[in-house]
Amino acid sequence: MSQGKGLLERLERKGISRRDFMKYCTTLTATMGLSSAYVPKVAAALANAPRPPVIWLALAECTGCAESTLRTMYPWIDQLVLDIISLDYHETIMAPSGEAAEKSLRDSITKNAGKFILVVDGAVPTGDNGNFGTVGGKTMLELIKEVGPKAMATICIGTCASYGGLPAAAPNPTQAKSVSEVTGLKTVNIPGCPPNPINFVGTVVNFLLFGKLPELDDKGRPLFAYGQLIHDQCPRRSHFDSGEFVTSFNSDEARKGWCLYQMGCKGPDTYNNCPKVKWNDGTSWPVQAGHPCIGCSEPNFWDKSTPFFKSS
Amino acid sequence: MARVVIDPITRIEGHLKIEVEVQNGKVTNAWSSSTLFRGIEIMLQGRDPRDANLFTQRACGVCTYVHALSSIRAVDDALGSKMADNGRIIRTLLHGSQYLHDHMVHFYHLHALDWVDIVSSLKADPKKTAELATKLSPNSPEAGVNDFKAVQARVKKFVESGQLGPFANGYWGHPAYKLPPEANLMAVAHYIMALKQQARTARLMAIFGGKNPHVQSMYLGGVTCATDLTPDRIAEFKYLWLETMAFVNDVYIPDVLAVAPFYKDWAKIGGTQNFLAYGDFPMGPKEPDSFLMPRGAIFNRNLAKVEPVDVSLITEEIKHSWYEGDPKGLNPANGETKPKFDKYDTEARYSWMKAPRYKGEPMEVGPLARVLIAYGKGVPAVKENVDAVLKHLAIPADALFSTLGRVAARAIETKVIGEAMGTLLGQLIANVKSGDLNICDGRPWEEMPSEGMGAGLNDVPRGALGHWISVKDKKIANYQMVVPSTWNIGPRDAADKMGPLEHALIGTPVVDPKRPVEILRTIHSFDPCIACGVHVIDTESNEVYKFEVV
Repeated sequence: MSQGKGLLERLERKGISRRDFMKYCTTLTATMGLSSAYVPKVAAALANAPRPPVIWLALAECTGCAESTLRTMYPWIDQLVLDIISLDYHETIMAPSGEAAEKSLRDSITKNAGKFILVVDGAVPTGDNGNFGTVGGKTMLELIKEVGPKAMATICIGTCASYGGLPAAAPNPTQAKSVSEVTGLKTVNIPGCPPNPINFVGTVVNFLLFGKLPELDDKGRPLFAYGQLIHDQCPRRSHFDSGEFVTSFNSDEARKGWCLYQMGCKGPDTYNNCPKVKWNDGTSWPVQAGHPCIGCSEPNFWDKSTPFFKSS
Repeated sequence: MARVVIDPITRIEGHLKIEVEVQNGKVTNAWSSSTLFRGIEIMLQGRDPRDANLFTQRACGVCTYVHALSSIRAVDDALGSKMADNGRIIRTLLHGSQYLHDHMVHFYHLHALDWVDIVSSLKADPKKTAELATKLSPNSPEAGVNDFKAVQARVKKFVESGQLGPFANGYWGHPAYKLPPEANLMAVAHYIMALKQQARTARLMAIFGGKNPHVQSMYLGGVTCATDLTPDRIAEFKYLWLETMAFVNDVYIPDVLAVAPFYKDWAKIGGTQNFLAYGDFPMGPKEPDSFLMPRGAIFNRNLAKVEPVDVSLITEEIKHSWYEGDPKGLNPANGETKPKFDKYDTEARYSWMKAPRYKGEPMEVGPLARVLIAYGKGVPAVKENVDAVLKHLAIPADALFSTLGRVAARAIETKVIGEAMGTLLGQLIANVKSGDLNICDGRPWEEMPSEGMGAGLNDVPRGALGHWISVKDKKIANYQMVVPSTWNIGPRDAADKMGPLEHALIGTPVVDPKRPVEILRTIHSFDPCIACGVHVIDTESNEVYKFEVV
């Protein structure tokens, strides 16, 4: 019996039909910018067993990236954790604490050396010998330097791990740095504050499907998600082209959904797929909610894009 | 006497270390240490006040919206924004969405595994589980024999795969777990169900907030979501809210009532003495009088005397924290803080958190504080629900001062606040129907005042949250946050008096110091959120500190 059959049986037992599963694979394949010919391969990649071990380290972060990942739909988070990957260490959801949690981390690293996927959220505080952040008695700086090189691949989820993000905003009180700056590793970066979970899940599936990292831009971002400017995909683009701008958030122009460029929108400088996939199962995205894009998937946006309410 | 260090504490937001002394199977001393410092307020110096809500929201991705709310309210207060009624309503609806989501995730995904033994669920009889679920909650969804069979088979397959992922090295089989296998299976099924429900419930916030986590629709005097005041968006919100309330009423509340009778000894463990709430949920324009959950303080568990709150009596003490300055600390409106890491020493300094005190006393904040204060003040919706729970569990009102009381209070307020969202939605519909589409203060920034001082006081899922801002030349001169988890999880004060969590841990039984599940129960009952709690500010000089390498 193939492993794929095993997964489908598991899914069916939970009321998820073969058709639902293939529909999900189709959506995911489209998000990844692949042709429909890849749908069966995506399905096969997801159904493979044993589940690939994933270790998630939380450094100087706010847990927004973990919360965002919890919002994934198709696959839902229970499918991701129970059926697709083996999430061996994740402080926010794991059952054990303290020594027992440390044991989970050590066990997985030892057993899966060179074979696990490392996911990191949060920047690395390097000031004061790393004492601004510790986990289990180790500084985060020591921890990432120790674990990073043992991973098969490192995925930085969120702008903090990718580029320093919020903790590194001027004056960077803790000398926070990105994972790649500190470890010298080439990381896959899924920036955003937080990133859309579909981009993280899409990257993991890409890895399972091809056994390698997705194609990246010069900032380490997968092209399937970060290949185009927000501005070029924005549904308000025609208003920009027609010179129809919002100049007050409490106005008829705002209610008509005109362009937010003059309110400070950073869509013209920001690579991300928010307008295309939107957030929370396609519910909305900041520009739809009448707010300028703040450019949260770009390096140094907390300094480069501020003040946010000013045209660039 | 044994010293037990638990680091990291998991199933919380952020980085926390707890050290306890155990004697004769009970905790006799405790120290709570927060182990991450980021310094968000330092970054805010000199920036545009309108940007502050986007920065401070990143204090925490679990609390997410609440810092945006307190921040924009502080800026509104400082600059005298004209509040749009729809702005008040939508901000409050977003806040209600945060409560529904946050409390649900806390109960099922951060707290439940302290009470529920997943492995024991494999021994359950699915038929008996279905009967139990239906008896507890006649409308319980997915409660058929086949549903529980499927969940059990899924757990079995997962366990047999040998890849236990986040459930490896859990405290399964620990004698402190008391639920019968059927209750464990039902709880595991609801753990998985809630994983899906929380993702759907998070959509509530995205409708008017653009996305979740980290909403992006706050502006002076209200919100920016001008194109979302339409019947289709309001209907989408309404039916998602109804779906969530069905989960609260048919699953969450019954689960709390089902689990509690097996853990009644926890109604005598984990209590504290004093309680503080700023109050929240403005049901009309006049604040704080229109708050659904009122403002107040209770000392020495005296429910009969709810005192008014004077925020000028708050101090942030630092004798045991890694900061320089007067150990007794100062009021947040004029404080001074200089971070200086020394070493972890429970006899000296041991946390990045400061120790907030009100009238010099440690105060518990959060669901229990809010519910006790509302109960003491006789708020009908709260009183009715609290009395029903006490009657169901056959326990007296003073049993609320406990770990179990904290769990029950969280569930009770989820229902009360969730139901009030219906009233708020009605107000929004009435306004839109009458043609009022104003959502914020649209005056040009150039016309707004250049200077001012303001405070944003809110009561958020984890408790009393205050942001203080001072604006000069249209820029942030000073910024300060005093957040719920600092009140609850902070260290000893200048008089060496323990913080609420430290106090609550005293007397906690510990059967096996290597598997301290009992300690986790009380820690998690506070729903600690550590990233929020650690921050610094210099309110005097705008100086950026150089950090000494020790």
